[in-house]
Amino acid sequence: MVFKMNPDLKKERENASFDPEKITNFLYGGQESVKRKRELESLALNDPDYQHEDLNFMSREQQYETQLKKGILMVTKMKELKITNAQDQLFYTSAVLVSDVHPMSVHTRMFLPTLYGQATEQQKEKWLKLAENYAIIGTYAQTEIGHGTFVRGLETTATYDPKTQEFILNTPTLSASKWWPGGLGKTSNYVVLMAQLYIYGKSYGIHPFMLQIRSLEDHKPLPGVTVGDIGPKFGYGVMDNGFLSLNNVRVPRENMLMKYSRVEPDGTYVRPPSTKLAYGTMVQVRAGIVMFSGMNLAKAVTIATRYSCVRRQSEMKPGHPEPQVLDYVTQQYKLFPYLAAAYAFWLTGQTMMSVYMTSSSQISKGDISVLPELHALSAGLKALSSSMANVGMEECRLACGGHGYSHASGLPRLYTNATPASTAEGEHVVLLLQTARYLMKSYNQSLQGEKLAGSVAYLSGVQPVPAAGRTRNMLDLGALCDAFRHRATRIVGEAAAQLKSEMQGGKDQADAWNASSVDLTKAATAHSQYFVVKTFAERLTDSRLDSSISAVLTRLCQLHALHGLVTNSGDFLEDGYLTGADIHQARRHINALMAKLRPDAVALVDAFDFPDGILNSILGRYDGNVYQHLLEWAKASPLNKTDVHQSYHKYLKPFLEANRAKL
Amino acid sequence: MSREELYSWGLKRGITMLRRVKELNITEEDLDTYRNAALQTVGGGIGIALHWIAFTPTIEQQATEEQKKKWLKPAQDVAIVGAYAQTEMGHGTFVRGLETTATYDPSTQEFVINSPTLTSTKWWPGGLGKTANHATVMAQLFTRGKCYGPHNFMVQIRSLENHQPCPGVTLGDIGPKMESNGNDNGFARFDHVRIPRENMLMKFARVEADGTYVQPPSSKLAYSNMVYLRGTFVMSAAQALASATTIAVRYSCVRRQSEMKPGEPEPQILEYQTQQYKLFPQLAAAYAFWFAAWFMTQQHGSITGNMEKGDMSGLAELHALSAGLKSYTTAVAASGVDVCRMACGGHGYSHASGLPALFGGAAALCTAEGENTVMMLQTARYLVKCFVQSQAGKTLTGTVAYLSAVQPSPVAGNRNMSDLGTLVAAFQHRAARMVKHAAMQMQGEMQKGKAREEAWNSCSVLLIKAAEAHVHSFVVRNFAETVQTVEVDESVRAVLTSLCQLYSLYGITEHAGDFLKDGYLTGRDIDAASSHLSAMLARVRPDAVALVDAFDLHDKTLHSVLGRYDGRVYEHLYEWAKKSPLNKSEVHESYYKYLQPFLKNNRAKL
Repeated sequence: MVFKMNPDLKKERENASFDPEKITNFLYGGQESVKRKRELESLALNDPDYQHEDLNFMSREQQYETQLKKGILMVTKMKELKITNAQDQLFYTSAVLVSDVHPMSVHTRMFLPTLYGQATEQQKEKWLKLAENYAIIGTYAQTEIGHGTFVRGLETTATYDPKTQEFILNTPTLSASKWWPGGLGKTSNYVVLMAQLYIYGKSYGIHPFMLQIRSLEDHKPLPGVTVGDIGPKFGYGVMDNGFLSLNNVRVPRENMLMKYSRVEPDGTYVRPPSTKLAYGTMVQVRAGIVMFSGMNLAKAVTIATRYSCVRRQSEMKPGHPEPQVLDYVTQQYKLFPYLAAAYAFWLTGQTMMSVYMTSSSQISKGDISVLPELHALSAGLKALSSSMANVGMEECRLACGGHGYSHASGLPRLYTNATPASTAEGEHVVLLLQTARYLMKSYNQSLQGEKLAGSVAYLSGVQPVPAAGRTRNMLDLGALCDAFRHRATRIVGEAAAQLKSEMQGGKDQADAWNASSVDLTKAATAHSQYFVVKTFAERLTDSRLDSSISAVLTRLCQLHALHGLVTNSGDFLEDGYLTGADIHQARRHINALMAKLRPDAVALVDAFDFPDGILNSILGRYDGNVYQHLLEWAKASPLNKTDVHQSYHKYLKPFLEANRAKL
Repeated sequence: MSREELYSWGLKRGITMLRRVKELNITEEDLDTYRNAALQTVGGGIGIALHWIAFTPTIEQQATEEQKKKWLKPAQDVAIVGAYAQTEMGHGTFVRGLETTATYDPSTQEFVINSPTLTSTKWWPGGLGKTANHATVMAQLFTRGKCYGPHNFMVQIRSLENHQPCPGVTLGDIGPKMESNGNDNGFARFDHVRIPRENMLMKFARVEADGTYVQPPSSKLAYSNMVYLRGTFVMSAAQALASATTIAVRYSCVRRQSEMKPGEPEPQILEYQTQQYKLFPQLAAAYAFWFAAWFMTQQHGSITGNMEKGDMSGLAELHALSAGLKSYTTAVAASGVDVCRMACGGHGYSHASGLPALFGGAAALCTAEGENTVMMLQTARYLVKCFVQSQAGKTLTGTVAYLSAVQPSPVAGNRNMSDLGTLVAAFQHRAARMVKHAAMQMQGEMQKGKAREEAWNSCSVLLIKAAEAHVHSFVVRNFAETVQTVEVDESVRAVLTSLCQLYSLYGITEHAGDFLKDGYLTGRDIDAASSHLSAMLARVRPDAVALVDAFDLHDKTLHSVLGRYDGRVYEHLYEWAKKSPLNKSEVHESYYKYLQPFLKNNRAKL
């Protein structure tokens, strides 16, 4: 079926104040990159080998099998097509996998990088080629039933036996069972196992070990290995997240990944040069999550915004036709702040990534002085962006009314696949407290006169003062950054004071920390929000932006800042830095900005440049032909294979007949 | 289970339950309790439930005595099975906009039921897709060329012989959803389907044989039903939070993690203040909403009594409150359940926790039976009206009385931020100020020349916030009054009072700006509220498990490995996982199909 574009969407696009292509180029780093992105995407989206029924129609087993098949095809084709560059691979795989993963994803994302990063040259020779060519499939087995973010608490043991020069790998308790690693249940035949190293009865902490878990001949679990799938989850039905218990399995000494720490044949432990190096990878992973959060939010907003232009409902004025739901200010207030946030996190993620790239050359030369700050910043930003994306995606889903609840909208799957970003790779609160710890340390240093650098420099700088009496221009990005900066400084300072007073009241450091921890997470959030607002504003000073683009992006940036300000107005009012009148102004500006953004809303989501195949949403279709496709989709769904479902014959018919007979 | 298995399984259990009701001679008054328990045991929605939740009550309430003779007994005995078909693809909450038509043909004395457009397709009704053979269909009534708005019509949609769709009727399931996949939420299209005149449910409005339309005496009864239905949503919100906090609080006592002090054993995670701060406000909200639902039930009862005596006063106020309360409590419940889920870390993400399904259920409450934003604006409309009346000198009563009372002015100096009276007054002040502010803004916009509707739209964010503040203040006040008056012993009153303080203080710190904006509270008051809140977290901590045990939710209705009463979490997590469909064999069949050839090939090339 060929449909013309929905007339409402067509009109929206004609009335936009700018050409979305220009923003697309800005978001993806230039015209060339966009061109390449589209080539790769259409290569994947038009490949008949990747076509299949909607995953939402399938059972868990079918989903796993479909995605395994696709994953294998994808790996094979990328090799044939010589798609080797990391950016290109990302474009191609996102188009193949949409908002899902495949059962070998962790092999690519974690198993291989761990070998690159932690294996010695000899070890690389042994395993890297096998792994790179998918002759073995591995995963990264760290999390256990009983321990996640708190890595030091892992219970799996690796005990060195100098007699045989082997490690004995064991899960001594039920809670020591590995639990959650992706691809562990059914797919992988190797793992990098994180375990507590014991030599001569002494513990040396967590180290990585290479372990084969399934036979390369028949894929059966090896002796001493119990392995399986952990069962169905909120999302990620395609992935065989698994469990693994080990009963004293022996591996040669050479199976410990020894690029940093080593164990000599006689059992001598050789310390790594620095433990902070692991931070580098974490910074990179977290910057990636910031970007990922921005992108997921962008997808949700694209769906909800387009649908809100197609959906007409109710009566704004008696006798008038039903308006597009996006004309309701309440709908704008649901969507536009998240549209702005999607841009904010997208750009902040990019900035973080480039800061990391710049400093990584410094790091590789052995200068790790920037790492603690980057690490603290990335922890807070990951927590902030993933929780904001969670709330925002759900808000977008609800903004689509009942239809948002259907899998046809694509929103439930987007949410359930993206929400682990809040608990995986470091639980939300734990990460905020990591940031807070660094903030407290920095703040105390600044009290002692030390000058701080980087993202915390402002804590030791001269603070912006409240402009009592005079009217403040609440649209000015400088003034808004100042306000967020003042708020962060104040809350960091107060959390430090609170901590101190708890200790002066007789609590020890740990109890004082716990008693202040809610305030500490608030300080970390305020710090991270300031960084995002500032980064967003700074990115707009890019001289390559033409005026039509910078005008609309400036509105988004203002909206992002003002919305953050009014939703946290207490923080700005508490010490009188802003007044009730300022907040009132801020609200009026938000209304005015939303009205200005309204005609550009569709162009702003079009600029994210998600093809329909990637968005995978009937409500969010580019052509807006929502209702026709909703019906087609429903007709294809499993319960409609027959007019009368077989369970009628099994259950309903005898029941109804018996009841009728009795009447 | 696959979608088809889920449906089949749900249908089988629904039928079993209907059989048991008869076998066990469950009495009328116990029927709801038994059905709810049975539904919770099944978990998730089932299509056939709409037969007794919506279809049969519609006959009871809207059919004439004659019509009841024809349909009520077969419905009660489940000789026919029905659905309630209102929502369409193109229209939901805005019922007036429905497009399905019922056009009266006086020549044959029939109604012609028709779906004139794609968007008029009935969409979402539970049980409509595969289960029901009858439906009450909401359609725009046309007679003598004039439209009289949506009315209900009884339509047979499937053959009683072979269950095939009746001629002119197209039926199907609307496809998989976030949750409730045991329910065959369906679609239906009608192609000029003719039904006798007597199939219009005519207890209220009627169409005579000649096509004359007879107005219903009063449309107020529909309001009363809505109030009742929304009251049940408030209770559902409370129960969703009660279930989620039961799971998360119990698990947080079983889970031990990290090191609070070097060298000491890992503490229960409920010892962390941040964990308490996630869970206890949700726990307090569960109690607050539970009591709010009580209030709604009581008020609905007394108003129904008055209505029978012809006294309609109080209905408008209760109707307005019920809309906002439905909106507020379901929104808090949905996000609160997700907070509980994430408070369980990674394990909360597993279906073993029961929390994803609970979230899916709570999230559906936000858009069903009146979309939440539309509901909140209904409350706002009533509040603005009240405000204008009070400006004109009228004294308001009931839940809006405070709007016309003299507002307490800020007391400079020391305020006791843990005193319930002080807290209630603060919430009322905030609501009164925000209602006034929104109403004045609207008046201002209109004075500048905007039409009323435009002014309404441009102020709607403020109006929503004002209505939320009103509902919030009602919940706080009702909570405070309940803990002060409920007949319990003093130990229970003490802990409920702590929860009420916690709920109120959390509300103040979360919305500090609203209280600071006009100087009603000072920065120092907010600091005090924060410290009291910390103190309340510590005070509730030792009673947390008892407070969730008190909800008395059976393991079989919680469906949660993490929330087990006996706390044997890890063992059962393992047992549960072993039953996962992917674990039926050690080596999954897809290995032979895809993985083995791939790996072999790759090895061969090396």
